[in-house]
Amino acid sequence: MTARIEMIGVSKEFPAVRALERVNFRVASGEVHALMGENGAGKSTLIKIMTGALGSDEGEIRLDGRPVEISSPGHARALGIGAVYQEVNLVPTMSVTKNLTLGRQPRRFGLISWREARDRACEKLERLKVDIDVERPLGSYSVAVQQLIAIARALEDDTRVLVLDEPTASLDANETELLFQVVRDLKHRGLAIVFITHFIDQVYEISDRISVLRNGRLVGAGATADLPRLKLISLMLGRELKRTEERLAAAPGASEGPVVLSAEGLGKRRTMAPFDLSLRAGEVVGLSGLLGSGRTEVAKLIFGATRPDSGHLEVSGERMTAHSPRQSLRRGMAFCPEDRKAEGILAELTVRENIILALQTKMGWLRLLRQNEQEKLAEEMIRALGIATPDADKPVGQLSGGNQQKVMLARALVSDPRILILDEPTRGIDVGAHAEIVSLIRKLSAEGLALLVASSELDELIAVSDRIAVLRDRRKVGEIARNDITRENIIGTIASARS
Amino acid sequence: MNEKYLPLAATIAVFLALFLIGGFLYKNFLSTLVLGDILADNAFIIIAAIGTTFVILSGGIDLSIGSMIGFVGVVMANLDVVGWHPLISGGLMLGFGLLFGALQGLIIDFCEIQPFIVTLAGLFLLRGSCFMVNLDSVPIRHPFVAWFAGLSIPLPGEGELRSSAIVMLVALAVAIVIAHFTRFGANVYAIGGDRVSAALMGVPMRRTTVAIYALGGVYSALGGVIYALYTSSGYPLAGTGNELTAIASVVLGGTLLTGGVGMVAGTLFGGMILGLIATLIDFNGSLNGAWIMISGGILLFLFIVMQRSLVGSFKLRDTT
Repeated sequence: MTARIEMIGVSKEFPAVRALERVNFRVASGEVHALMGENGAGKSTLIKIMTGALGSDEGEIRLDGRPVEISSPGHARALGIGAVYQEVNLVPTMSVTKNLTLGRQPRRFGLISWREARDRACEKLERLKVDIDVERPLGSYSVAVQQLIAIARALEDDTRVLVLDEPTASLDANETELLFQVVRDLKHRGLAIVFITHFIDQVYEISDRISVLRNGRLVGAGATADLPRLKLISLMLGRELKRTEERLAAAPGASEGPVVLSAEGLGKRRTMAPFDLSLRAGEVVGLSGLLGSGRTEVAKLIFGATRPDSGHLEVSGERMTAHSPRQSLRRGMAFCPEDRKAEGILAELTVRENIILALQTKMGWLRLLRQNEQEKLAEEMIRALGIATPDADKPVGQLSGGNQQKVMLARALVSDPRILILDEPTRGIDVGAHAEIVSLIRKLSAEGLALLVASSELDELIAVSDRIAVLRDRRKVGEIARNDITRENIIGTIASARS
Repeated sequence: MNEKYLPLAATIAVFLALFLIGGFLYKNFLSTLVLGDILADNAFIIIAAIGTTFVILSGGIDLSIGSMIGFVGVVMANLDVVGWHPLISGGLMLGFGLLFGALQGLIIDFCEIQPFIVTLAGLFLLRGSCFMVNLDSVPIRHPFVAWFAGLSIPLPGEGELRSSAIVMLVALAVAIVIAHFTRFGANVYAIGGDRVSAALMGVPMRRTTVAIYALGGVYSALGGVIYALYTSSGYPLAGTGNELTAIASVVLGGTLLTGGVGMVAGTLFGGMILGLIATLIDFNGSLNGAWIMISGGILLFLFIVMQRSLVGSFKLRDTT
């Protein structure tokens, strides 16, 4: 089969890092091609070059055999290359119609004909079997629907290549299935589809071929059927895979430590039904449940990021009065939120500034940390957590997802907390960083820290937890003790509540 | 009703309520005479505010408006002394406004500097230039000025729509078409709604940014021309602080200061509300003029709080 799009010997260099080195990448028509790699492997750079957001230093791009120069995102689209990113890159304040037609509005006598634009918008959505009111602002729809709208926008009549960059990262199983139906449909229409994801299962479900990048080089490519999981993952990691699914041995006596946190009837109307939860020093308690079951809500209620309207919370025997993040920090709690970009790191600030932030809040602004103290702390954390950054003064926004997560962890740890709350600590980061964070959690609990870990990944929770609280539909439905933690038990607990 | 019309509806409701309160308190208030006066008196500021609406919709800000109004008047008055027709000098100043705005836009985009700083520099530059030209008020004596001032369309009742108000309404109509029926207009909303997304969706960022500030420049220059004709003079301190009045009009008109949400038509009513408050306090006679600003300030506060609650409806839904 001839290649629909072919990238030959593409290289790209950034200051201090060689992002791509003579990479060859080809996708045939009617093929779903998974592009795999750890964070920092060069996937994003390759995609940006393909979609015109970046120029390449050397190499050639051929579209249906003809060499092309892709100069801008607009030009890429004109050539028939559409892209959909993990963060929905549409404008939430504008209506669905305006989002779908921006830059290509049908015009009559030089002025936009909104009636025609609406018809076109509906037509585009119909192709994907999405039926919504196109006049409402995009932001009023769920992320899944926004994702489909983004695909609808990326698809023109003449679209030949569609890039899906982690489109399923924030979708639940049903929504993912809906998206895959659309992808299969598009594949049968002869599109070349580039699919990027961190979910290995999804790769085997949807893709026909796989290309693997590592450190800016193509390290493997082939039909999905010929590439077993273990091979794929070892290609991505470039080293023998350590199995992380196993239970990591819990410290003996973890469940005998003193109770450092206990919630009684804590809840908030329309957010989370009242629940009881306790946490002991040196213990890891997992929060498990399906998407939307209230994992984040529990984490935020305990940390005080959401103010409860019932029940009470005791930390080290003292009743919390304010339920504010400030009070929680002062009582020795720390929180790493799920949405790194929106709620966690400050991308423009440097690694050092991000790490210092929580500590400074705890100390109060009157006692400023001296520059050399800051530097010392930052260096310590960078070393302790293995944050890959050239120096402490690099803006966090320029690091990879896994390293950003570590900076968040560092920030939480630098204030020396007794209780650490992690919401989705491994979301959007690669397999290697995943394993490091999991073992880091175990290490921290062995040092006597009490951890509350909310995660959508069962294996991850099974690996780290001493006890698991199971949630369903914003209600705590059960707790599973250490010796009973198995995949079947968790699923059973979730299911048993469905009556 | 679609939620995007809510802020506009609120603005119009406030305007009508104030107008009715005036009618309830004072005889002769509820008339086209008062309405015509408010339109004419505030025409120049509303024109400038219409241009600012585009700037604010794009998430930017323009502080050079008041100085532009002063500068345009001073230049027109001095060209009048050497015998230029006000229409020709006015046209020249519109061209100047366009270029000056475009330059500001270019600097903002090319050097990636915040619009606040760039247009603040513009404010000082133009105000300083006013003083370079002359320090006193210079009358514009060309007969065209008197003719222009006498031009009007009678309204039902005793009122009339005066020339400055007519220019303002035409300028508004043009702006509405630009905002809602051109690709440029759609791009302005996109940039204001989400800059990064807009760029990825293929909006030509530089061209659009330059055009936005050029448009703002033309409209504030037009405001200056109308002000010079209306006062038949050029005064180097004219328009001082008007950039803030213009921004207040835009915000009262329902446009979000963060960009992306709002309608050009709202700015007309925003400006009229401020004018109406001034007229109400004039009618009272016993109230200090300071109350104009105080009540304007209170209204602004209320509007910002209201907008805050509206923004919530655009937030992405919780996905967890």
